[in-house]
Amino acid sequence: MEIDLSQFHEVFFEESFEGLDVMEQELLNLEEDTDLENVNTIFRAAHSIKGGSATFNFSQVAEFTHVMETLLDEMRDGKRAITREIIDLLLKSVDCLRGMLNKLQDGEEVSNDYVELVDYFNQLLSSDSSGSKQQDSGESNAADLGSSEPKSAISGWSISFAPENYILQTGNEPIRMFKELAGLGGLKVEADLSKVPSFSELDPELCFISWQLELDTSEDEQPVKEVFEWVEDDCKLSIKAIGSDPSSDVLEQDEKLSESVVEEVKEEVNTSDTTKTDTSTEKKLVPIRTEQSKQTSVKKAAATASIRVGIDKVDTLIDLVGELVITQSMLGELGENFDMSKVEQLISGLRELEANTRELQESVMRIRMLPIGFVFNRLPRMVRDLSAQLGKKIDLKIVGEETELDKTVMEQIGDPLTHLVRNALDHGVESVEDRIAAGKPEIGVLTLNAFHQGGNIIIEIKDDGKGIDPEIIYAKAVEKGMIEDGIDIPHEQIIGMIMEPGFSTAAVVSDVSGRGVGMDVVKRNINNLGGSVDIASVLGEGTTFTIRLPLTLAILDGQLVRSADQIYVIPLASIVESIPLSGIQVTRIAGDMPVYKNEGEYIPIVDLRREFDIQLEKQSTNEGLIAIVEGENRKIAIKIDELLGQQQVVIKSLESHYKSIQGVSGATILGDGRVSLILDIVGLSKRSSERMSRDREQVA
Amino acid sequence: MASDIQDVLNEQSQNLTSMNMDLGDEDKGSQFLSFDVGGEEFAVNILSVQEIRGWENPTFLPNSPIYIKGVLNLRGTIVPVMDLRNRFNFKKANYLDTTVIIILKVSHADKERLMGCVVDGVSDVFNMEESEISDVPDYGSGVDSRFTAGVMTVGEHAVTLLELTNLLSLDLIKHTYTGVSNG
Repeated sequence: MEIDLSQFHEVFFEESFEGLDVMEQELLNLEEDTDLENVNTIFRAAHSIKGGSATFNFSQVAEFTHVMETLLDEMRDGKRAITREIIDLLLKSVDCLRGMLNKLQDGEEVSNDYVELVDYFNQLLSSDSSGSKQQDSGESNAADLGSSEPKSAISGWSISFAPENYILQTGNEPIRMFKELAGLGGLKVEADLSKVPSFSELDPELCFISWQLELDTSEDEQPVKEVFEWVEDDCKLSIKAIGSDPSSDVLEQDEKLSESVVEEVKEEVNTSDTTKTDTSTEKKLVPIRTEQSKQTSVKKAAATASIRVGIDKVDTLIDLVGELVITQSMLGELGENFDMSKVEQLISGLRELEANTRELQESVMRIRMLPIGFVFNRLPRMVRDLSAQLGKKIDLKIVGEETELDKTVMEQIGDPLTHLVRNALDHGVESVEDRIAAGKPEIGVLTLNAFHQGGNIIIEIKDDGKGIDPEIIYAKAVEKGMIEDGIDIPHEQIIGMIMEPGFSTAAVVSDVSGRGVGMDVVKRNINNLGGSVDIASVLGEGTTFTIRLPLTLAILDGQLVRSADQIYVIPLASIVESIPLSGIQVTRIAGDMPVYKNEGEYIPIVDLRREFDIQLEKQSTNEGLIAIVEGENRKIAIKIDELLGQQQVVIKSLESHYKSIQGVSGATILGDGRVSLILDIVGLSKRSSERMSRDREQVA
Repeated sequence: MASDIQDVLNEQSQNLTSMNMDLGDEDKGSQFLSFDVGGEEFAVNILSVQEIRGWENPTFLPNSPIYIKGVLNLRGTIVPVMDLRNRFNFKKANYLDTTVIIILKVSHADKERLMGCVVDGVSDVFNMEESEISDVPDYGSGVDSRFTAGVMTVGEHAVTLLELTNLLSLDLIKHTYTGVSNG
């Protein structure tokens, strides 16, 4: 049966990219902590990529992962020390693989860039394995004949392979394995049919054949063994080397020879070390190249993008669908024998149906929400590579990676964020010498912080570097003719000019930044998303970029409250406590300002009815309660009539069809389909205090 | 579009007496939807009508001017609602069975914006050539002259054509405490 494998390609690519991400992360972890479990994880990821690519006939990828795997295997067995060089090499391979897979995904030919890396791997492998063979030559293959022979003497392998009869049921196909063997060299296969029963007793699902194979190759045992890796436990297997018929005394000579060979190889290792440092300067170009391909691939992948959803969200969906089915069957039953006495029931049933449907809709929307960690995760690698390239020491701190934001927003924030981080590394953090001279710790700290505030998502990129010098910016702006000399401009505004098109203060244009495109693109991208970028910088102490993005689709944990006949949502995170009005003493200070005294501090009370001009026949009473809320280190007590439930609400913008209203960060749609406004605590307290001072002025 | 409107109008027809349903017979000029506000007839180009909904109490917006009734949920979109009777300074603004909200759309700077407008009832859909629209006499009318685009004669009635760009312009809506939130 012919199966069209191309239908699985997408899945393969997706899984492989995921695998590469895992490898990358684990490799970075490996630098700090050489845990064997990490190596195993990397190995597994590499192995599945290899398996998949071989299945789909992406032979170059398979070939490449194969050598990677060999190295990883040695690391796993403790035969090879985990050094920074090896991690570097593996990281580079991850990039290379990503590039290859990207090309394959786009249906392009894979370039031969990888061959260079493969050669490097082989060099590393061959050099060191002969070294390790000397140390523990009795290792692993001592039982097998001829394994201690120098590699050059091997002309092939004789393999006897007798699978258990259930081999086919495990999904292994000997023919495929033989094909792979044939890829290593000339293969001669002889089948032993002696155990095959007569036709009447033959079970077509069992395998009765065993094979005798002769492989003509100069490869060592490892690749041969690997072909049988999946079936090792399900067969009788013996692999014997076929010598190139050297007589035993020649062999002894050979062994002496091989020692000198080892010496030579060792020298080679040394020279390759020096060439390595040479090539490392060349290879600086490599990360940039892959960077570019990464960017294009992001755009292309968007067409067939998929999303990974937390199981809890799926569970919520399933629950909701369950509810929906129950309501539907209830209504169905009602409809079968309906009379007017059941009208009430019908109405409540329909209401339930509406609520369920709406909740279902919202849950589906929620699937689009992903933690920002997805974007943050690609930064450690970049910081690592860049700091090495720039010769700076940088510690990257990530806070708030679980903050959720909409997938579309996230996709578009990735590049600006990357650019800002690159910029902070290149221009912000000083070199080690400069830092020491400035009396700062040697290691610079770059902090990424994401959180929700007042209906926005805030992402902060903060470095403790040299800061931005407004005077340099000013001079540069004058030089570029953007402003006239002598005009007095506030510092913040001057610093803001680095986001203007064509502005770059870097004296030398480096690979990293300084081309003058970028900061303005960052600003434009963020503005396109309806957000803003603020820069705060203290000369000598560091710079903070604050990206503020609207939560057009974001979710908020809200407390529903009632004031008069209106229901409002207060962000749960901002609520400190709520106290019944009857239980507190309301004092009036400083000219009729109602305050609540709480442990030595006076918290102003904001009555929503009065503040929002809610018209109602009944005047506000002393019933109800106050909710003490905090925003930007300022507390206010909001007077409300009733606390209702808590729920997650989907934030919708008021501004898409109307204006923004101070004190309101957006709106949401409640379970009954009605619109409810979400309070913005910071804005509310600001306007309330402004109103009070205005009232005072009017009196005066 | 025409059939959509016809559907909506069919729903409304039971409440309306003077319905003239000869849609599509004439194809000259543009089509207009006319409606009743405080006993007078007004019209808008039918292409700017998104849909017509029955009256429902919208969610109150804090500190809004009296003609902004609040916002409502239009299948997940938050749409503001303006009462044209208040906007045009008519004394009475009762909410009856015939009271409807016409969802109008305007394009502003490549962005489409929606606004619900409360009227006393939908009256008619008719065709009219550009040449048949005359200027509104400049004589200090009750309705802000920026909101009117012309006068048309339909049968015996005079119908005022509305200038939607101004009418729905957010700049002309005086809302206290707006535009400065979130720094």
